Amino acid sequence: MSVSNPSARDGVTSQQRFAPVAQLGAAALVLVVIGGIYMASYAPRRPPLTVPILLAAASGALLAVNLVMLVRTRGLAWDKFFLVGRWALLSYVIAAGLIEFAFVRDHTRGGPLVVLTAMLVLFAVDVPLIISFTVARYQSLRSDAA
Amino acid sequence: MTDTKVDSLSTGGERGAGGEGGAGVEGGAGVGAGAGVGAGAGVGDSAGVGDVPPRPVIQIVPLKGLPIVAVILGFLVASIGFNWQWGLDFNHVAGGGLWTGIDLFVGLVVGPILGRLSIPARAEFSARFMPKMVLVMPTLVAMTLASGFQLALDLGNLKASNPNHAWLMASFVVVGIMAVIALGILEPANIAVLFEMRKPRPNGEVIARLMKRFIYTAGITGLMQVATLVIMTRVASQ
Repeated sequence: MSVSNPSARDGVTSQQRFAPVAQLGAAALVLVVIGGIYMASYAPRRPPLTVPILLAAASGALLAVNLVMLVRTRGLAWDKFFLVGRWALLSYVIAAGLIEFAFVRDHTRGGPLVVLTAMLVLFAVDVPLIISFTVARYQSLRSDAA
Repeated sequence: MTDTKVDSLSTGGERGAGGEGGAGVEGGAGVGAGAGVGAGAGVGDSAGVGDVPPRPVIQIVPLKGLPIVAVILGFLVASIGFNWQWGLDFNHVAGGGLWTGIDLFVGLVVGPILGRLSIPARAEFSARFMPKMVLVMPTLVAMTLASGFQLALDLGNLKASNPNHAWLMASFVVVGIMAVIALGILEPANIAVLFEMRKPRPNGEVIARLMKRFIYTAGITGLMQVATLVIMTRVASQ
């Protein structure tokens, strides 16, 4: 396979700086996963909700900051971002729906179901965001033009 | 939907023209939650247009595989919905066995072999192998985890008084670590590499940078998979 010579064109590519959207997204994902494990560890009992709510809130805050940073990003390949993002979103909405179905099927109700649903929403938005941003940042106009 | 063919993730990539001088790139494009394989990207020292074999068309998501995935997920949902013991066992054992087996086999056997192949051979293998893993690994992970949780509930293994409770908590942690690595690090890199490889002139530096993720995480995921084998065999034998 032919690959362009990095040394001839990395003057721009290697110096590109984007906001740490993927890193923050991964941090938000870690919080959601910890919250999910915490809640699952109590099954089939009703879990205490303070810790999961705090984790979900922190994850949501990170995601909000991430979205703000993303909107202010310049030079991103937005066409690729939305192309990958919509398919990834569809995929992870299905995955989150499957998890939700399993918990509803197991009689999770009330507060725990609300917190769990919030975590799944964060999960279903966060992962596609990480994937689509990672693709788009390397497909950016600046790296192509180099 | 008129723009689907143009815009779809499954659109075939362009065929590259010729090679040009430059640095080769070594590395691995990972699969699912696990170890990577050698990715194909690199150039010879003096490769001209006539020296470089045509690049395979890269289909990022193989559409032909989607119906199979839908059938498997339908079977999984039915197994959970009807609490079908055999279906749950099948999904968990088959999915988990394949997930762990593929992860370790690719990381320990296929990856090192690929690393010793010629760059065109590595590129051709990766271009055909990686898209399939985009469908295979998430499906196996969904089969394993969803049915596993349901089985644990049904069998009472999640109750605090159950001797398997601690092992299952350890399993949750292991799966959580693998999920973060797979979803937050490896899958984005895998898709990004496929997009880069579809370009007429893939950027070796970009691919190399993305490939480093697989090298950094291969040890962790391998360890986690071995831990999974230990935990699950302990659970099954108590």
